[in-house]
Amino acid sequence: MTIEELKIKLTELQPSVTYEEGGEFININVGAADLLSFMQQLRKDSSLFFDYLFCLTCLDWKTHLTMVYHLTSTQYRHNMVVKVKLDRGNPEIETVSHIWRTAEFHEREVYEMFGVNFLNHPDLRLLILPDGWEGKNPLRKDFEDPVNMIKL
Amino acid sequence: MWSFSDISNSIHEWLSGNFNPTWTLIIEMVLAGVAVIGLFAVLGLVLVIMERKVSAWMQIRLGPNRVGPKGIFQSLADTVKLIVKEGMTPAGADKFLFNLAPFIAMIVTMLLLAPIAFAGNFQLWDINIGVLYVSAISSLSVISVLMAGWASNNKYSLLGAMRSGAQIVSYELSAGLSVLAIVVLAGSLQVSDIVGSQADGWWIFKGHLPVWIAFVTFIIAVTAETNRAPFDMAEAESELTAGFHTEYSGMKFALFFLAEYVNVFIVCAIGATLFLGGPIPLHIGSWEGFNHAMDYIPSSVWFFGKTFFLIFLIMWFRWTFPRLRIDQLLNLEWKYLLPISMINLLLVTAMAILKWHL
Amino acid sequence: MYRETEIVKDFTATGEGGDMIINVGPQHPATHGVLHLVITLNGETIKKVEPHLGYIHRSIEKMCESLSYRQFIYVTSRMDYLSAHINNHACALCVEKGLQVEIPERAKVIRVLMDELTRIASHELWWGAMAMDLGAFTPFFHAFRERETINDIMEETCGARLTMNYMVPGGVMQDIHPNFQKRVKDFLQLYKRKIHEYDELVTGNVIFQNRMKGVGILSAEDAISYGCTGPVARGSAVSCDVRKVYPYEIYDKLEFDEILETGCDSFARYLIRIREMNQSIRIIEQLIDNIPTGDFQAKTKAVLKLPKGEFYTRVETARGELGVYIVSEGGTTPYRIKFRSPGFSNLSVLDKIARGGKIGDLIAMMGTLDLVIPDIDR
Repeated sequence: MTIEELKIKLTELQPSVTYEEGGEFININVGAADLLSFMQQLRKDSSLFFDYLFCLTCLDWKTHLTMVYHLTSTQYRHNMVVKVKLDRGNPEIETVSHIWRTAEFHEREVYEMFGVNFLNHPDLRLLILPDGWEGKNPLRKDFEDPVNMIKL
Repeated sequence: MWSFSDISNSIHEWLSGNFNPTWTLIIEMVLAGVAVIGLFAVLGLVLVIMERKVSAWMQIRLGPNRVGPKGIFQSLADTVKLIVKEGMTPAGADKFLFNLAPFIAMIVTMLLLAPIAFAGNFQLWDINIGVLYVSAISSLSVISVLMAGWASNNKYSLLGAMRSGAQIVSYELSAGLSVLAIVVLAGSLQVSDIVGSQADGWWIFKGHLPVWIAFVTFIIAVTAETNRAPFDMAEAESELTAGFHTEYSGMKFALFFLAEYVNVFIVCAIGATLFLGGPIPLHIGSWEGFNHAMDYIPSSVWFFGKTFFLIFLIMWFRWTFPRLRIDQLLNLEWKYLLPISMINLLLVTAMAILKWHL
Repeated sequence: MYRETEIVKDFTATGEGGDMIINVGPQHPATHGVLHLVITLNGETIKKVEPHLGYIHRSIEKMCESLSYRQFIYVTSRMDYLSAHINNHACALCVEKGLQVEIPERAKVIRVLMDELTRIASHELWWGAMAMDLGAFTPFFHAFRERETINDIMEETCGARLTMNYMVPGGVMQDIHPNFQKRVKDFLQLYKRKIHEYDELVTGNVIFQNRMKGVGILSAEDAISYGCTGPVARGSAVSCDVRKVYPYEIYDKLEFDEILETGCDSFARYLIRIREMNQSIRIIEQLIDNIPTGDFQAKTKAVLKLPKGEFYTRVETARGELGVYIVSEGGTTPYRIKFRSPGFSNLSVLDKIARGGKIGDLIAMMGTLDLVIPDIDR
């Protein structure tokens, strides 16, 4: 499917999505509330069949957080990026780990690095940070560590 | 001709001439004890350096080459290091059992040296149930392993000990059955009788197929019994770090280590005695000249040559094969080796009754 | 604030129903680094494997946010140190994508040659380490015999043996050494003379096959769902070689096969890597005599500035798909970098495939997943 066809198809699925220009993949903005149903459709729809979540991460834009899901289909080889804006103070989003199992580890990483709370995640615990980690989320922009961080 | 038996006889005569019989016996026992301890240490050192050289040869590297010519004193230096090292006992360990275990391993190994015929007519103790004695005592070595594993209070050690327990108990059976094959043929449990029965040909040559089967089973079983790779489940470095001796350090570790090597020597010595004629030289049919020349080689050289050949074989296994998994290990014994040895024992018995081997 | 992981500190602790809980790592001979697995055992049978990461977490992603586009590439050599070239390559490609620089043909060929040499070196080390996990020590030294030759080639051209830092945005750092072609050909000769030893020593061994076959079954659906890539996924017949699917550099012009095995078990994953080495040799053979003349580096500005936007590249490292995701705000440093490391996703499947196996199986499976811990922790 070409990018244009994909766009038409995706708008059919979820009329409320908006597109973002730039980048080699289609960038789609989805509301946090719609994410789960939208993702399930992406995975299940036989003409889309996005069965492989190859990257899951988060961006800190200082005013808000953005969850970024990179999806591809091993059958059709088309790619897309789903973005979800989150409130920075209390970021909460539904987990996608039951759709793509790889999200389980990636979400745990995002949970500790950005403090995003994934609802209904099966095993949301610290993965990389040590026990008893106090303080802020390391990959947020306002993280300060006077001992270990060297300003260049 | 110069031989060990002449030396021992002359010592005995000299002692008998100068002391009364009680003192003679006591002095001879002390001498034997010193000899066993010396042999234990020397064998350990020699086998460690041998293993390192053999492994280096197989792994296209040089091996130890710094201490002494070609590195032959390396294991001596290692021993000195291990002796001066602090022997630590973990806080949670059962201190008494933890410290006792390496000594049991060592004592068992030393006891096993008693009935071995190192040369013609040169034995510490020619007990009339020699072979039975060896299998009985060698099964005690599992106690030291279990003791070490349990007393260390470490889960790796415990797992290693449990594996080792299952393994040694299982492989004892086929080792025993394959030894029994020779006992049936020789008609005696006494080591000197078994050696004597091979004067006209080693069992491996005159025993036909059943003895070969027994020999192969024996080698596999004793490799497993001494916890050597590919059956080193008890240590399993990549799985259980070091298995039952994970918590041991310094000389206590060295005792386990030495006991393992001396155990290898002993099982190979038994194998050489039972199957390869022990101190009996190689004779080929009617080649008078050849046979005569072979007779000139001292019997101790024959014995040690055969033993070290078997040791090399076991080392070869270790540096070639990957390790088995615990269930495969037990399957191999209970599903293959044990039935084979049992049927083989029947064959051997039939052969002995029908006198095919003569 | 956080829900914490529970690390077993009491050595006599038992789980539910008296299950034995064991810490494998962070210091353990089989984890090849500081991986920490908490495994729940029933006797010798594994009931659960729980990885705990972070023992070598250096926060490379955070570090890169304060480094320039030229500098950050050097840090990435320390991620998957066994495919340092390929990591550098991915980053260089991503920066070039942002800058829209076309790099000279010569640089492309050199990059591909280096990538493939790295891949062989990485697989050789894996082969030795994997055999060592199974208790055979000798293969390790045999593998190093060939690997050292590659390292020598690298040293001559790049000046380093492990963290090469050879790829820069726009091409490669310097031209290849005059001896390069000759030494690579020598290596090819050596490799072809010795490769049969690998099969004789390990692949054909009965004990080895018994330990690998039918162990660690990973279905194709699970492999995709867990995000497995590289030889792990291809062992389950999932076609995922980035070199074929999304070709970069000159891979679309080269003749090589994507190796797929349908065994889905540890042995399939083992065979994939062995056969992949031969494909890498094929690629090197096609290129070594055909290195085009010309520049080895495109002209780039001294200070690189990427336009505002998001850039994603993926390459095939020895372990699988490495994704580099750069978010730029138009400055001289990236606003955010995410490395999608192959090891991280491959590790997540360990619990799935290890359950029900024995401890020995777990070690063998970890070997076939080819985990490099700095790659997982980043």
